[in-house]
Amino acid sequence: MPLPRTRGTALRHRLAELRGPDVPAKALDARALAALAANPGCKRRAILDGAGVNKAALAGALGSPSVFGQSQFAFTRGNAFEAKVKADGGAELLRLVHEKLDRTAEPPAHAHVPELTATGPEGRTARTALALREATEASGEWTLLDHPMLALDVAGSPAFLEPDAVVVHPDSSWTVVEIKSFPMLDGSADPAKVGAAARQSAVYVLALEQIAARLGSGPEGGATPAPRVRHRVLLVCPKDFSNLPTASAVDVRKQRAVTARQLARLTRIEDIADTLPAGTCFSPDLPTADLTAAVESVPATYAPECLSACELAFHCRARSRASGAVTSLGRSVRAELGGLTTVEDVLSAARGETGDPDDPAVAALRRAARLRAEALGTEAVAPCH
Amino acid sequence: MSLIATLARLEAVSTGRAQPAATVRHRRLSERPLVFVPLTTAGEAGAPLGALVGTDRDAPHLLVVPQPRDRDLRFAFLSELADIVLPYIDTYADDVEAAERNETDPETGKRVKVEVELCADAPQLIVPSRAGIDFVRLLGRSMRFRRTAEQDPEAPYPAPPRVPLLGRWLTHFGERARVPGSSLLLAMTDVLSRHWATGQSTLEDQHLGALLAWIAPPEGETGAEAALRAELARDREGQLLCPPAGPATDPAFDNKLLAPAIERYDRARTALAAAEDGLEADDRLGDLTAAEREIRALVESRTRPTWDAVWRGLELLRELPEAGRVEERWTRDRWSFTGHRDRVVAGEPPQPRRDDAVTAANKLAAREREQARLEAQEALDDPLVMAGRRLAGEAFAGEVTEVVMAYSEGKRPSPRPLVTVRTDDRPHLGERAKVFRSLGGKPQAAEFVGYEGELEDGGALVVLRALDKMGRGKEPEEGSVPEKGDLICFTTFEHEQRGGAKLPDPEQTPWTHGGPPGEQESETADPLTAEDVL
Repeated sequence: MPLPRTRGTALRHRLAELRGPDVPAKALDARALAALAANPGCKRRAILDGAGVNKAALAGALGSPSVFGQSQFAFTRGNAFEAKVKADGGAELLRLVHEKLDRTAEPPAHAHVPELTATGPEGRTARTALALREATEASGEWTLLDHPMLALDVAGSPAFLEPDAVVVHPDSSWTVVEIKSFPMLDGSADPAKVGAAARQSAVYVLALEQIAARLGSGPEGGATPAPRVRHRVLLVCPKDFSNLPTASAVDVRKQRAVTARQLARLTRIEDIADTLPAGTCFSPDLPTADLTAAVESVPATYAPECLSACELAFHCRARSRASGAVTSLGRSVRAELGGLTTVEDVLSAARGETGDPDDPAVAALRRAARLRAEALGTEAVAPCH
Repeated sequence: MSLIATLARLEAVSTGRAQPAATVRHRRLSERPLVFVPLTTAGEAGAPLGALVGTDRDAPHLLVVPQPRDRDLRFAFLSELADIVLPYIDTYADDVEAAERNETDPETGKRVKVEVELCADAPQLIVPSRAGIDFVRLLGRSMRFRRTAEQDPEAPYPAPPRVPLLGRWLTHFGERARVPGSSLLLAMTDVLSRHWATGQSTLEDQHLGALLAWIAPPEGETGAEAALRAELARDREGQLLCPPAGPATDPAFDNKLLAPAIERYDRARTALAAAEDGLEADDRLGDLTAAEREIRALVESRTRPTWDAVWRGLELLRELPEAGRVEERWTRDRWSFTGHRDRVVAGEPPQPRRDDAVTAANKLAAREREQARLEAQEALDDPLVMAGRRLAGEAFAGEVTEVVMAYSEGKRPSPRPLVTVRTDDRPHLGERAKVFRSLGGKPQAAEFVGYEGELEDGGALVVLRALDKMGRGKEPEEGSVPEKGDLICFTTFEHEQRGGAKLPDPEQTPWTHGGPPGEQESETADPLTAEDVL
């Protein structure tokens, strides 16, 4: 599966060029990786994320700044809650893991909490892998890894991910723990937020599975089977209106499969990069006109859903609207319009000025226009037949 | 989205102005609605930051929680809110009229008519957006299990009186809002986007400012320009010119303005508590009041634009005439309101955290029925909605070209006239499909007989046999049969909804659904932690 070294290096080099000289790569976090799955067809997003371009800075330089931000109240509350959950060596957290996921195991009276600090993300990743191996070999014990660092290979370059916690069970299986500060009210939480958390956790599961596979095919020649990464993650939230933690097991098999497929497709970044004109660069220091041209050279697939997931959405929306694309009104709109893709095309077809009357989409459109005009009591916009 | 709705949106794009999506108003607007514009604290569950509330456009009540993490201040807010909302509800609870309801007699098991009270009108709550409805539910849930000192003298941190009652009412409003076509609790964005199609997506329509910009753009500006300004424009300090309709606030507002103001308030409060003599305390009380005033001004500055926008929306909606069948649906809202009033008066416990199986199934069935009713009624009330149904092949309109008298076979022949309708629509009619038309507000059924030849212009001649509403005699009653030249409209969907099969009583819940709920145990209050500040 790994690409030939020269090819991988060439791609990395090419991506650094796209990012611009002296611009550090923006690390892909789990949230960004999960968001990729939301709009897999968007080449613009794929190449910008793959090259580690800071899209928020880019959007600002293009004159359509992104609107994402976090309130410090939410931030403080999130941190305070996480600290509370992990207090006392994670006793409460392990109790929840035991209760929700692994009732048959020995209750976690005391647990190992290995030290994971190291310099740099690479160092922390290595330290995490070591701690995971030790914990897996010492079966029959509970181990809590607080903020481990995992590496996931994304399109030839590693992305470093930091889950809230990973728990190693006495049976040597691993569980991802996600701590969120939105409330679980009477046992149920906001489905949109749970979905986002599940997608994020799925990325961690994938990263852990890569590590597990390496452990399984270790120097012992596969003597130790690869440890199992559980597909049910633990979502920890405040209970009702209090700050007491409660938890629920979330099955992320589906999210894991979707994300795995998207990540596999991401290797096509190379193909996208090859189509770009030589000298294309997304450095935010460039003049707006050059930058706009560079961004325009990669096609985007804008849909209104992008507004809540992508920093560049307002730029893409302005472009989509300016070109009169009907999808700026929603993906579902296109379904009924057949080959007509711009607002003007659709309206002139509805008025009977253009379009083939035998095309079912055009015929339906004319009927719709006639019925609408009739109901509104306005002059029929289309000559009927 | 139907093709007609899509077309309306595209027309809005090209004209730069929202286009009508309805010709009449499909929701009841009360003469005196209570508008509620709440704000919440980011990251906290059920920690309101403030609200504008009231029935007078020019004089809203401003309620503010200067430190949202302080339980006492939150209780003070809820208590003030109860003092505004509950008297408003009470004005509707007392004005009743006599009505009849079918009930099962517990002794004979027969259906009998019972004289009951029905409130002559019902209160109406209006929030800016759908998130506001969720927040009303959340507030209701956070309050209804609280115990006051009177209910439970032992309770730690007792709630102020009337707060649990407000929780029960807000829960009821929130629950009712899930019934399609109800108007007890409305979100302004929902109602506006029901009646106008903008040149943006339904997702973007959730922004009240942008939605209004499309519907009524300022002079000399297109809807798109005005909407963009409402969404994104910021002042020199980086604050949105049109603050979000809430309850969530803009992070830039939280971080740059609100957080420092709350910090100043906290400091002033600590200083006051540490004051050593009266003179010093007086001084520091002044600081505290100033700090509180500052937060109040901040909250008002973020809620007032939304408040004005909601009233502007009401103004626009009132320009549309009310649809004919809205009154009937509002009567259902009045029944719902009266029912809850009676449950409160009877001293029943607050709504449970989870419904039992039978109640839940009943609620779902009711919502499905109301959805079907709403769809049928909106189509019958509004030619523009009907146009959508006609396009979908669920209705057809045309001119009667021929009426042939015919009779049923049997001992007492009844009139079964054959009516031929010439239509340009393309209804999906199966063999002997039943179709309905509205005759004096009541549905008249007819049966599809067949098509009579093809017309050159693509139209069709549909032959129907009228089945009912023609009286008891051999000759049909005057006006009950269409005449040649009449323009009529038939639907393939039924106009009135029948209830589904009756569900068993909760005590008879089958084991497949968890069995009988058993003894009603009273719900306990949410456990409270001593520490309130995280």
